[in-house]
This record gives sequence, structure tokens and C-alpha cells, in this order.
Amino acid sequence: MLALIGTIPDITFPVVKGEVSLKNEKIYIQDRSVPVNRGTAALIAAAVKTLEFLGQSFPSACLAGDIGLGEGSRSIYESLVREVGCSGFTTIAFHYLQPDVDWHNRVLFAINDMAKRPFLIADAGFMYAAKMSGQAEAYDLFTPDMGELAFLADEKAPHPFYTRGFILHEENLASELITRAYAHKNAAGHLLVKGKEDYLANHEGILDSVNTHIKEAMEAIGGTGDTLTGIVAALLESGMEINEAAITAAKVNRLAGYKAKPTPATQVIEIINQIPSALSDILAMDQPVDTKNDLFLETGTNA
Amino acid sequence: MGFLNFFKRSLLKSPDKQPIPIRGILVFENTSEVIRAENILKKNGRRIKVMGPPPEIRTGCDLVIEFPLIEELNILRVLKKADVSPIKVVPVDNPLLQPVDLFQIKDFGEYLMVRAANMKLTVDKKRLTVVNISGGGCPDVPYLAGEMVGKSLQGAPSPNEIGHTLCGYALQLACEEMKRRCLH
Repeated sequence: MLALIGTIPDITFPVVKGEVSLKNEKIYIQDRSVPVNRGTAALIAAAVKTLEFLGQSFPSACLAGDIGLGEGSRSIYESLVREVGCSGFTTIAFHYLQPDVDWHNRVLFAINDMAKRPFLIADAGFMYAAKMSGQAEAYDLFTPDMGELAFLADEKAPHPFYTRGFILHEENLASELITRAYAHKNAAGHLLVKGKEDYLANHEGILDSVNTHIKEAMEAIGGTGDTLTGIVAALLESGMEINEAAITAAKVNRLAGYKAKPTPATQVIEIINQIPSALSDILAMDQPVDTKNDLFLETGTNA
Repeated sequence: MGFLNFFKRSLLKSPDKQPIPIRGILVFENTSEVIRAENILKKNGRRIKVMGPPPEIRTGCDLVIEFPLIEELNILRVLKKADVSPIKVVPVDNPLLQPVDLFQIKDFGEYLMVRAANMKLTVDKKRLTVVNISGGGCPDVPYLAGEMVGKSLQGAPSPNEIGHTLCGYALQLACEEMKRRCLH
């Protein structure tokens, strides 16, 4: 089963665990609902849409309220340390959690106790903690954006806020940043880097990239990275191999964005609603998308 | 238990790789301010320690306060309220590290986006409303977005007031730069 772990921006939201579903632009777990705007709710909504399309069962989630004070994140960490060992999860995606190296390590120890090691994905705050703990290599996939890739590449930065100025997060430097992140053991087995062009990389360098359906406005829309992580997590859980899952997820996320006709004011739920249609188009293609001659390619700066 | 921890550590993928410290240092004008700040932060339930400063940031004061770096914004707010703000905040292990101070601006025509570090703020130029917030990974980012998106740039709550983490701090910088460009 796919497990999605993260926080909800509501301080009154208790620790809630269980199957999660999506209806009327809200996620539902136990007797609670959460509107989908961005963050972990957007990741969950994208994963549910993908699993629904593939005819797979809904994911499980472990959520708690946290507005940056860390209490909800600590409750989640405690719960994971107690229960993840016998959970039977096959894929786990860690997301918006207050970065805390001690708790991160305890969770990793508990995962080591599992009978079968799950596929481990980290994004957002938990990815920061994974890097800072020196245990990035314990993960199968990180999904950073270009700024977060620069943070992974900076062996000294304790948070993206302190990434040193000479490590520029420019699109054309992706290859150098990836090499540097692996050289300092600050990257997972694979990196799926989100940006104007999406990159799949491992310790050997960039394996593949996707630059179809470019919409400049996507950069401004909060949650478009969360949806990519949700889609790739769901595809991996469905049994797809990592390289295929990552590239398919990138294509689907970009096409869903394109179909939403985005402006910088578009909200991520409008993109999530396009995921089934984008999945249908991308999975129906027998041949990989020709990124050079794609009819939808757009390079203008105005969305 | 210690043996068990050692054994478990050996199961980790990178047992030889040292973690990056994620604690910061507050540097004050003088020792009495350090002591005052210590009392205030301890009363506030903060996990802090008073220590000697590393040579790179020695300013004559022989004490600094070590704190969880991720809580920088929250801790600075507590101290500001008590009127005892530090003169400098730096990461423990690399006191010469500076926050990202470059802003990146993208003009979409109707909309303007300002990026500070890992945070991006986008505003409708004509209506001067916040239309999107993206980037970041700390749990106050979705909260800040929920509180700010749809509101006027002037009327939206400031990340400085309701944010708590370094991502919140970066958003505050983006917000200040946006105001400087749009309101002045």
C-alpha cells in the first residue's frame, strides 16, 4: 500500500491515519475533510486521481495539523516510529514535515525494522531533513525543484535559505548541481528535478528529461511540485519501474498543467482536475513523446 | 540501548557521512542582552543553549545563544516583542554562511513574481492582490498561502507575524521586495 505522510495547515487537526479519498475538491480521511489547495493535500489529491485512473486502491495517509510550530510534525514522527515497522507499506512518500534530524533518524531506524523495505520518496521539509541527516542515500527518490537541487548540491547549507550564493540555481546548471549533490552524498538513488525542463538523474548524471507543454505560469502556481510527487508515488505503487514512472509523471503533470490553461493566478486544484485526462493521453501513446516537435511546445514568457 | 543504536546506525546507508548541524547562533550587542534573551526564550519554552561564540563572529561579546535554526523567524519575533533583538543570526557550523539575498523577478505581464531563496510570491499588478505562493518545504508554507492568497498585498498578513520557519522568513523577504516594487 502507498502511504502519504505530511501536515495540514490547521493547528486543530489531530493525528489522523487511514485510507484517504477525494471528492468535491476535498480529501477525506476518517471523519475529516481538507480542502485541496497546495502542500500535502495537493500531493494526496494527485495520487488519488492517478490511482483511481489506474483502477488501484486508495492510498493510506498519516496527517496532522502543523502551521510551522512543529507540534503536528512531531506527532507524526512519533506515530511512525511506533507503527511503521509493522505497517506493510510498500511505497512511502514523506512530504511537508518540520525538518528535524533526530526524528528523521528515528523514523529511518523504524523503517529498517520492516520485513520488506518500502520504496522511499522524500520531498519538501522531510527531504531537507534527509539531506541534513547525512542519510540521503537511504532514499530511492527525491523530487526537488531547482532551488532545492541547489540546496542538495551545497554540502554546507542547513536549509535552502542558506544555500550559498555561488551555487546558482539556474536551469542550465542542472547537470553540475546534480553531479555535486551526488558527489557529496546528498542525493537519493534517483532525483526527479522539477523545473522549466524536468530532469531524471542518478549518480551517473541526467538520464532523461522532459520539456513538453512548457507553460511559464506553472512556476508561479503553488502545488505543482506536490502534484508531480503525488503522481510519481502512485505510478511507482502501481508497479511501474522508477525511470518509466518518473518520466511518465513529469509528462502527465506538465500536460495536466497545459490542459488547465494556466495563468499565474491559477490554483492547483484546476490542474489536479486535469490529471485523468492527461494520464489517458500520455499512457495511450505507444511511442515516447517527441520533445523536439511537440505541437504543444510553447516558449513564450507570457502564459 | 547504546549498543542497539550503534547497530542500527550501521544499517544506515551513509554511516560515514556526518549530518549537517541545523542549529543557529544569535549574536547580541553585550552579555546582559544575552542573559535577558536567554530568560525570555526559556520562559517561552524554546530549546536554546548559551555558549561561547566561534572566532569568526566574535565581536567582543563572549556569549551567544544557540537555537534550532528552523525556528529562526519564530524566535526573532519573540525577541523583538521583548525589545532584545540580536545583531546577527548565523548557522552554528558555518557562521560565515549568509542567507540567500538575491531576488529573482519574473514579469508575466499582468502578474509579477518575486523569488527569495526557495519561496515565490506572485501578485496581480493591477489589483495588487496576492494570487499565488509557491516553493518552500516547511509546514507554515501551506498555512501562509492559505492566509495570504486572494488578499491585497497591503492587507494580507505579514509572514513575519504569522510564519514560523526559515521558509516563512524567505517569504517575508519576497513580500518586502514585492511591496517595494509595487507600492512605492
